[in-house]
Amino acid sequence: MLNDIFIAPFTEFEFMRRALAGALALALGAGPIGVFLMLRRMSLVGDAMAHAILPGAAVGFLLSGLNLFAMTAGGLIAGFVVAVLTGLVARTTELKEDAALATFYLLSLAVGVTIISLKGTNIDLLHVLFGNVLALDDQTLLLIAANATITLIVLAVIYRPLVIECVDPGFMRTVSSAGGPAHLAFLVLVVVNLVSGFHALGTLLAVGIMMLPAAIGRFWARDTTLMILIATASGVVAGYAGLLVSFHFGVASGPAIILIAGALYLSSLLFGRVGGLVRQAFPGRHLEA
Amino acid sequence: MLTRRQALAATALAALFVTPGARAQDRLNVIASFSILGDFVKNVGGDRVEVATLVGPNGNAHVYAPSPGDAKKVADAKLVFVNGLGFEGWLERLVKASGTKAPIVVATKGIKPLERAGEHDHDHDHGRADPHAWQSVANAKIYVANIRDALIAADPAGKDAYSANAAAYLAKLDALERDVREVIAKIPADRRRVITSHSAFGYFQDAYGVNFTAPQGVSTEAEASAKDVAAIIAQIRKQKVAAVFLENVTDPRLVEQVARETGAKVGGTLYSDALTDDKGDATTYVDLMRHNLRQLASALVS
Repeated sequence: MLNDIFIAPFTEFEFMRRALAGALALALGAGPIGVFLMLRRMSLVGDAMAHAILPGAAVGFLLSGLNLFAMTAGGLIAGFVVAVLTGLVARTTELKEDAALATFYLLSLAVGVTIISLKGTNIDLLHVLFGNVLALDDQTLLLIAANATITLIVLAVIYRPLVIECVDPGFMRTVSSAGGPAHLAFLVLVVVNLVSGFHALGTLLAVGIMMLPAAIGRFWARDTTLMILIATASGVVAGYAGLLVSFHFGVASGPAIILIAGALYLSSLLFGRVGGLVRQAFPGRHLEA
Repeated sequence: MLTRRQALAATALAALFVTPGARAQDRLNVIASFSILGDFVKNVGGDRVEVATLVGPNGNAHVYAPSPGDAKKVADAKLVFVNGLGFEGWLERLVKASGTKAPIVVATKGIKPLERAGEHDHDHDHGRADPHAWQSVANAKIYVANIRDALIAADPAGKDAYSANAAAYLAKLDALERDVREVIAKIPADRRRVITSHSAFGYFQDAYGVNFTAPQGVSTEAEASAKDVAAIIAQIRKQKVAAVFLENVTDPRLVEQVARETGAKVGGTLYSDALTDDKGDATTYVDLMRHNLRQLASALVS
């Protein structure tokens, strides 16, 4: 009985195993990235970046069809260009980083939509842009897994400067010049993970698997490491439970994954140990031995 | 500096949209909503009619986003041919926005609509009828008759030409229908089962007795759930479905995954909702049906 509900879907169907592997790899990379985005007050940057990447992927698709590498390369190029231009403008002009990002991602989006409409063929572009976790082939799975691996390795290397800059940017500037390069490497990782996510979930939902787990982690831990662990774990749980919901109740799988993450977030918001609403209303007794 | 560059880019892009196409003044300007319908109108209208289609070859009319150029085309047209049955969900707003005085001709008038397959579909704006009526040649003949009557009403002087064109084209369709029935009859009845990406072949199934199943439902807009995909895989295993087919208007990845998992063979591409461009092998409706027929026959007979 329990076996039928929780395990059989994956033993019986290969596409479910692939979907699970993809969702797990995605959660592993996106969890820590989301936590750092949140700690740096860049939670909406993921969303803006996803819009910047989308036209690149669409152009790659138009040039060479449903080719994984063309679409990935297109998305990466568009994302990198927007990230670098944003950094340049923010550093050399009066415009702040959020405004610079807003202008460039909107331009990128407009250029992408224009190119698509000029080409005339809109062969179901929605399905390219809303990727499908149920249709992951070997190539796509490998790409997602490779992206997660790269993300974790690079994060391990730049972890120290990133954390210090999150909590005390002034101190970081006085002791080291690694802050700038680390920030750029981090932005690159954001783009890489969004591109992974758009293969599995589509651009809009890719941001969901990044930010919702991070917010969940924030309600349970003050410590960055623990926060990352909780975020990653809730991403994994959301992926697994979302696929099961999609399997048993017949709802589309991408939104199901994000909705499960949303449910986890809402219960964390209420009952979380760190600043959850119920905790705040009933703080409990203090300092008892 | 930045804003000036933005403004320049916007102006350049806007200019691209409004470039007018060259038109022959003496011919009747008509619009067809998608490529297959456009082919019908061309065959009936012949030299007297200039046909433009909104959704071009290989385009997907379920999710089309019209451009300002489309609104201009509709505004200039003397007649607008649409499929109806909820196929072009975006068309009503386009017609209103263009302010056109042209009559809207619903080419499926008089066709008995099928209930759409796959009631698990989640989009409700399409009503309950399956719009892909042209997949049965008998229905295509009704399209042609409707188009002929509408053209005669709009351009009475061309009555003889339209009637003659329609008669010649209807004879071609009769020959096509005979061939379809002949080829299908050669496929053993228990092998007439295939999987496609979205349910575009309900009328073909109804008319010719080939069983089609699709994970995606009638419209390509709804996303398949894990439950739908699992149901289809289970069905393929149980019923020994011989082949799965791709379509030119939908994402092939899902169907490819189903094929990998079941060992069913990928039978090639079926053309469902759109003709191919000049380089493809289905530039007309008759070619499209013959192409699909060849694909089905070679995958199912062997």
